[in-house]
Amino acid sequence: MIRLEGLEKAFGDLRVLDGFSLQVETGETVAVIGRSGVGKSVLLKHVAGLMQPDGGEVWVGEERVDGASRADVNRVRLEMGYVFQFAALFDSMTVAQNVGLALRRHGIPEGEIPERTRASLDRVGLAGWEDRYPAELSGGMRKRAGVARAVAPRPRYLLYDEPTSGLDPVTTSMIDELVVALKEDLKATSIVVTHDLRSASRVADRIALLREGRVAWMGTAAEIRETDDRAVRAFVEGRRELWPGD
Amino acid sequence: MRLLEPIRWIGRGAAAVAAGAGRTAAFAGSVARAATEVRTWLPELGRQARRIGVDSLPIALFIALFTGIVLALQSSYAFTGAVPLYFVGTLVGKTIILELGPVLTGLVLAGRVGANIAAEIGTMRVTEQVDALEMLAYDPLAYLAVPRVTAGLLTFPIVVAFAIGIGVVAGWATSIGLLDLSSQEFVRGLRMFYRPFDLQYALIKSASFGVVVTGVGCLFGYTTSGGAEGVGRATTRAVVVACMTILVLDAFWAMVLL
Repeated sequence: MIRLEGLEKAFGDLRVLDGFSLQVETGETVAVIGRSGVGKSVLLKHVAGLMQPDGGEVWVGEERVDGASRADVNRVRLEMGYVFQFAALFDSMTVAQNVGLALRRHGIPEGEIPERTRASLDRVGLAGWEDRYPAELSGGMRKRAGVARAVAPRPRYLLYDEPTSGLDPVTTSMIDELVVALKEDLKATSIVVTHDLRSASRVADRIALLREGRVAWMGTAAEIRETDDRAVRAFVEGRRELWPGD
Repeated sequence: MRLLEPIRWIGRGAAAVAAGAGRTAAFAGSVARAATEVRTWLPELGRQARRIGVDSLPIALFIALFTGIVLALQSSYAFTGAVPLYFVGTLVGKTIILELGPVLTGLVLAGRVGANIAAEIGTMRVTEQVDALEMLAYDPLAYLAVPRVTAGLLTFPIVVAFAIGIGVVAGWATSIGLLDLSSQEFVRGLRMFYRPFDLQYALIKSASFGVVVTGVGCLFGYTTSGGAEGVGRATTRAVVVACMTILVLDAFWAMVLL
């Protein structure tokens, strides 16, 4: 379970999170949607302990992440996979070395790493690309390599930061199917941050709309199509005139 | 009110310097703590030693070669008619060992190595690769800073030792080839005031320059923000600060050790 309680974060005068609360049950996938720049990635970085909140609490399983020591946060991170918005693959390493670095840190025996790496890359459709460097891959391939690195150690928690942004519809669909397959296979507790509502509907059990620093609406993919909430309608239908405050 | 403006300006400057010194001290402390994670940085050390030390040899030797040639020619020009010519050997040896070998090599490597490190780590910072290291439960400083600073500490003295060797040999070859000086006379001058401590002094200085160049590169790279422009800014600052620190350290070692 991932539990966020009353999270607050401001950058100068800009309040990004303002009492944000969310609970993701074990094995559940929640998509957090919202307009660009609303603080979705900031939220995810709080869950991972990459940012410290000004107020509120972050719980991952039984561990409190905010304010914890590096050793405690690292213990949580070893059970967590993070798919970065632009993949964040290490430029100086090949795709296989990127995945292998994650496995090595998880104490996987050296002899098993090549096989586990191959299996992980095979799962994301990158078999045969092991020896390529990130600069030699397309955007979609880099994203998939990022997913392979995140899931190779079979984490209990998965955080996806805009996994489909900037991708063509076919690759988007492929990534969505991958997220769903990983959920079923790993039974991981996941948060997907995205502004792609179609993608959110495909992969998530529940969808939360982040607006003005808190959850403005929450429901299932079916409910989001039926709700009368103005902000959700504005987001679903792409109608700016419905967006509260605009 | 205008009279107070210079005082305010000095105050703001002093506060900025103090804040910078505080950040630098905190960063140095974090790197020292990260050095305890030997299993993280040791496998990277060889690769960094090759990039920082071995790959720097050609430029360091090129500069030392011409420094030796010019020193021999200029000292001969200055000594003509006033000082015995075998002092060319003394001047070439003393100047290259004590000053030009370490300092010129340090300044050149501040550009080559310091800029490279700041740009590489800065790019990693703005493309979230540093965050990715954290997410894999690595201490980014143990993985990025410790092997580079250690490699600088270990390889700079070696590079400088080679540069000193080439510089002196170039001075000798110039003296016997272009000046009215025999090999024996050059060596006589070279040995006349040589003390083994000279070389120790040069190597101590070089090691400190190695730490400064790599450490400053890591500091500015690690604290980069603001995309490509931020990386450019960090790179420029790393080179400028490393060069200035080398010159200050040079004076410091001269006061402390000589």
